[in-house]
Amino acid sequence: MTPTTPTTGNGKSNRWASGVLPYVQMGYYDADYQPKDTDVLCAFRLVPQEGVDPIEAGAAVAGESSTATWTVVWTDRLTTYEHYQAKCYRVDPVPNSNQYIAYIAYDIDLFEENSIANLTSSIIGNVFGFKALVSLRLEDMRIPQVYVKTFQGPAHGIVMEREMLNKFGRPLIGATTKPKLGLSARNYGRVVYEALRGGLDFVKDDENINSQPFMRWRDRFLYCMEAVERAQAETGEIKGHYMNVTAGDMEEMYERAEFAKEIGSVIVMIDLTIGYTAIQSMAKWARKNSVLLHLHRAGHGTYTRQKTHGISFRVISKWVRLMGVDHVHAGTVVGKLEGDPNMIAGYYDTLRLDHVEQNPLHGIYFDQDWLSMPGVMPVASGGIHAGQLPQLLNYLGEDTIMQFGGGTIGHPDGIAAGATANRVAVEAIIQARNEGKDVLTEGPDALNRAAKWCKPLARALEVWKDISFDYTSTDTPDVVATPSS
Amino acid sequence: MHITQGTFSYLPALSDDEIRAQVEYALDRGFPISIEYTDDPHPRNVYWEMYGSPLFDEKNGDNIMATLDEARAEFPEHYIKINAYDRSLGRQTTALSFIVQRPSHEPGFALDRTDGPDRQQRYSLRSYATDRPKGKRYGPTA
Repeated sequence: MTPTTPTTGNGKSNRWASGVLPYVQMGYYDADYQPKDTDVLCAFRLVPQEGVDPIEAGAAVAGESSTATWTVVWTDRLTTYEHYQAKCYRVDPVPNSNQYIAYIAYDIDLFEENSIANLTSSIIGNVFGFKALVSLRLEDMRIPQVYVKTFQGPAHGIVMEREMLNKFGRPLIGATTKPKLGLSARNYGRVVYEALRGGLDFVKDDENINSQPFMRWRDRFLYCMEAVERAQAETGEIKGHYMNVTAGDMEEMYERAEFAKEIGSVIVMIDLTIGYTAIQSMAKWARKNSVLLHLHRAGHGTYTRQKTHGISFRVISKWVRLMGVDHVHAGTVVGKLEGDPNMIAGYYDTLRLDHVEQNPLHGIYFDQDWLSMPGVMPVASGGIHAGQLPQLLNYLGEDTIMQFGGGTIGHPDGIAAGATANRVAVEAIIQARNEGKDVLTEGPDALNRAAKWCKPLARALEVWKDISFDYTSTDTPDVVATPSS
Repeated sequence: MHITQGTFSYLPALSDDEIRAQVEYALDRGFPISIEYTDDPHPRNVYWEMYGSPLFDEKNGDNIMATLDEARAEFPEHYIKINAYDRSLGRQTTALSFIVQRPSHEPGFALDRTDGPDRQQRYSLRSYATDRPKGKRYGPTA
């Protein structure tokens, strides 16, 4: 990072002399640069190696994520290279740390329309392994309006999903079939049927349920559809089971999705591990075939969790909305998986709102407009139960799918009773909220009142009353809220 | 059988005071109320009959409850639901929808099947009540 700087006779650097040149001198830093409305903007959290100037580090990130290579190349001079160079325009130290936030602008011409693969190959392609940095994290990204409009967006979105399912005014509720592994297709369908007839809207395959020796996909789909149809007849209500169509190649995924559609499923499911291009293909398929598309964020914790290296989940949230899924798991606040309440508020806003304001407390670095692109339904899943509904509704709001897996299937009186407990709890708390009660402080009371006439709810509240996952989050905002009095 | 469509079907039947509280919630948010009824409760029958036009300009809860009473008197053996509508940009859809009256007996649904190749079933959901003509499906005249 401290290359010898080729100089001209007057001591000024020569941009075109052979050798290695600091990125700043190559034009990747410009403190006076005014970002254009059409630029893609990124905020990176970086930790430079000892002795590396933070501005040079920011310029290096801009260079390595756009046009630069490690040495001067004369072929740059065949291009309007200034246009294609990303510009680091601001580097802020993070107080009480060795971290900096570098802001970088990329011209829209760097990117192919409607391709998250291309966007990410540019911006996170090489630079995260760059030796001059100890660590690097993509904190947030402003997608310009002109670029947003090149993407399909959610196959249906929150509003269309509610109209399709005929379910309004409350969070949707679901569960993941447990145990994850080993159930035969017939036994698996039993869990689905019991949970749906008891009151859940959805049951879900787990991310690693694809087509293994103990249960092949086609058998699972047939038994699950039997369960869905029987539960619809028992309740007079539309039900769904997320048929996970994740497979080793697109041809196989299309075949499974087509079959799910033909036998009447309202929804199919994919895992984030299939890759961005495959997700965009499945989103196109879902739009074309009127089937909802659920995305499980399998694998994301490997790169989203650590505060100093990787990609924030709010960036992933932006990408999945552009890619066009209808659901994505986005954290629970109170459950077993990582999630600071402020950070999760930022993800949920990114998935649902049409305009998201810059908000340091929620980790939002840029204003983002979605131009009426439909919202993605966030899914809260992992270690949640009926007794937490006051907090869940307070933090996550109404346009959410709450997945009570263990909290349904682990109910002492059976799966259907567990489902009923969750559904009664949701309706009771929505009723109380609409009557003007404070969800957080008066919500528990509403649940206790409902438990007087609903035995399954009473049992659920009793069994799980002491369960909480109270660990410190690793990913937290740099700023703290100042209490306003 | 107890049809569980709507926001509050897992709670005991709402009293008039409780219905009124939900109506006030909607009015406070500027959501107009509409009243709909049907004797064909198939879950994909989204076009229940409208009991008059949506009450866009009715801000008075008393009047809305009076209209609901008229609907109940006219259709004592139908399903009746109250909807609240959110016209705001980005929503433009129903905000709340809950059943406020049911027929005295709900016979439920038959799941008709047609056997297909390789274990596939073609399913069809049919309300027992719709075996009879419209208007004669529930209650003593059924």
